[in-house]
Amino acid sequence: MDQDFSVGVEETRTLKVPDSFTQIGTITKYEIMNYFRARRFFVLLALGIIISVLLTFLVGYYRPYSFLQSSLTFYTQWWGGSITFVIILSAIFFGGDSISSEFQNKTGYYLVSRPVRRSSIYIGKWIASFIASLVILFVFLGIAIGNGLYYFGADVPYQLWQSVLLSILYMASVLSFAFLWSSLFKTSVISVLITIITLLVVFPLFDSLLPALVGVEPWFSLTYGAEVITAVMALTYPVHEIHSSTPIGNGHFINLTSFTPYLWEGIVIMFLYFLVSAILGLFVFEKREFI
Amino acid sequence: MSDSSIEAINLTKNYGKFTALDNLNLKLEGSKCVGFLGPNGAGKTTTLKIFTDLIKPSSGSALINGLEVHGNKKKALENCSALVETPEIYPYMSTREALNLVADLKGLPRSDRKRMIEEAVSEVKMDEWIDAKVGKFSKGMKQRINIASTLIGYPSVIFLDEPTTGLDPRGMAEVREIIKSLKKKDRLIFMSSHLLNEVSDVCDEVALIDHGKLLAYGTLEDVTARFSGDEGIADATFSGPLEQSSIDKDVSRLTNVISVERVNGNTIRLRFKGGQRAQEGILADLVSLKLGLVEFKKAFSKLEDTYMSLIQEGN
Ligand SMILES: Nc1ncnc2c1ncn2[C@@H]1O[C@H](COP(=O)(O)OP(=O)(O)OP(=O)(O)O)[C@@H](O)[C@H]1O
Ligand SMILES: [Mg+2]
Repeated sequence: MDQDFSVGVEETRTLKVPDSFTQIGTITKYEIMNYFRARRFFVLLALGIIISVLLTFLVGYYRPYSFLQSSLTFYTQWWGGSITFVIILSAIFFGGDSISSEFQNKTGYYLVSRPVRRSSIYIGKWIASFIASLVILFVFLGIAIGNGLYYFGADVPYQLWQSVLLSILYMASVLSFAFLWSSLFKTSVISVLITIITLLVVFPLFDSLLPALVGVEPWFSLTYGAEVITAVMALTYPVHEIHSSTPIGNGHFINLTSFTPYLWEGIVIMFLYFLVSAILGLFVFEKREFI
Repeated sequence: MSDSSIEAINLTKNYGKFTALDNLNLKLEGSKCVGFLGPNGAGKTTTLKIFTDLIKPSSGSALINGLEVHGNKKKALENCSALVETPEIYPYMSTREALNLVADLKGLPRSDRKRMIEEAVSEVKMDEWIDAKVGKFSKGMKQRINIASTLIGYPSVIFLDEPTTGLDPRGMAEVREIIKSLKKKDRLIFMSSHLLNEVSDVCDEVALIDHGKLLAYGTLEDVTARFSGDEGIADATFSGPLEQSSIDKDVSRLTNVISVERVNGNTIRLRFKGGQRAQEGILADLVSLKLGLVEFKKAFSKLEDTYMSLIQEGN
């Protein structure tokens, strides 16, 4: 056959397998390609845009005072009011079944049996989900700022940038958290459902009930930690703990407590969730068997 | 570079209380194709999965070129490729992209890539589908892509788990040819299969397992000579129905014939002793009986005889 080519499939030759960083890049690249191809990315982008368009319309039509009082309140309402939801949607779309689908659809066999560390696969997929979510976040931010410019000109308060940085940290931790569930379960529907339920039901329940009923700070809740995203946008940072008593007659009172995490506390909570979920998730995926 | 090796040392795998692999010891070395045989549930896939890091052994070790797969995976699998249990390929990828993914992971130089991928695709006769999405492929087409993916990156050790499952007869023959051509270069191929003719066609050696234990390992000739004994079974077909009387009187009395049974009107099955020499004599005798013999052939290959006798002993 073609003697002058040495690349025939029959040849043997020692190849140097690329270092793990390069392989992580490869996994990231193909994962992002899959997001595009599966239209997942575009569906989420469309959702982000729909939320933005609705806000644009509502603010433009009703001109609510809460939004248009000042540029700071504008961004607090717009960005602070919806970014955590957008981030959770990203985690559900990109994180919820990232690992479980590899087992359920048997696509994992194609990757895992190659000379690549399992951790590289996990990290590569995580980075892909992070990049995709970041793009959505910036599109959302872009539309918010576009509207802000219309109402308030170039006056973008520095608190918005603080909030954006915290949002990115939150995004990293929520994705890590979703990846953990997706490596714990081999069925995509289950891992996605658990991601949804924990982030949208369980944590928020703790956040509202625990302080109200027993006056305990939900310091272990990821969504509680994320409250710093809106807290930094307040004119003055909210007080950590507020007690209120409402008289209900006969000398009785309803005592309510509410908490806002300190800035450092919120950062620590989100960072620990990121770190612990990442380590646990990696560990579980290393141990998982393709059976 | 014929120093490739695959070694299982006391390899054991338990699923709960069930032992799927029981202290398997096996060392394959050099450049050859080794067939991995055993009945359903024998532990073939389990073994190959351990070698490719899809599962971990409960105890013992799996070494490729002296490197333990468990804990040293990336290095150990560096020059390997594997096809275990018909993986699914990301449905949104095209054939070319799916193979590029493997080429990227293996660090195939850019200059070789396009040509090698096209050659691999052409080996499995999927040229027409190189830019089509894998998601739409039939099972056999996907299997062809999986086989193509094992050709990428100059592997010197190849694991194949029933590579021809799901392929049409022609596809099977083509894959056999691919394996044979791979064998020509320095390569160690370890291939499980249920098709004994496939194994005797392409493999130089066989390893036989049942209930997670190794029953025999050696060259095809050695193993068959050692275990098949000198009894054989042959079918004889005649141009017309054979009378029962000529079966009883004539055929049964031929030298070395142990027993005769009727398979259908025109065909009888003879059990005989004495190996090939006896077979030759029986054929000559049958012809001289002038009963209208039109076909005479061994009912099972030597490998089949060996397989049957070993598996029965094991049970
Ligand atoms: N996930 C699992 N849980 C429990 N038992 C399992 C599991 N996977 C395999 N086994 C058992 O391990 C044994 C070996 O299975 P394995 O798949 O290795 O067999 P095999 O030789 O490949 O069979 P086949 O020829 O049918 O492919 C079987 O008895 C099987 O029931
Ligand atoms: Mg099997």
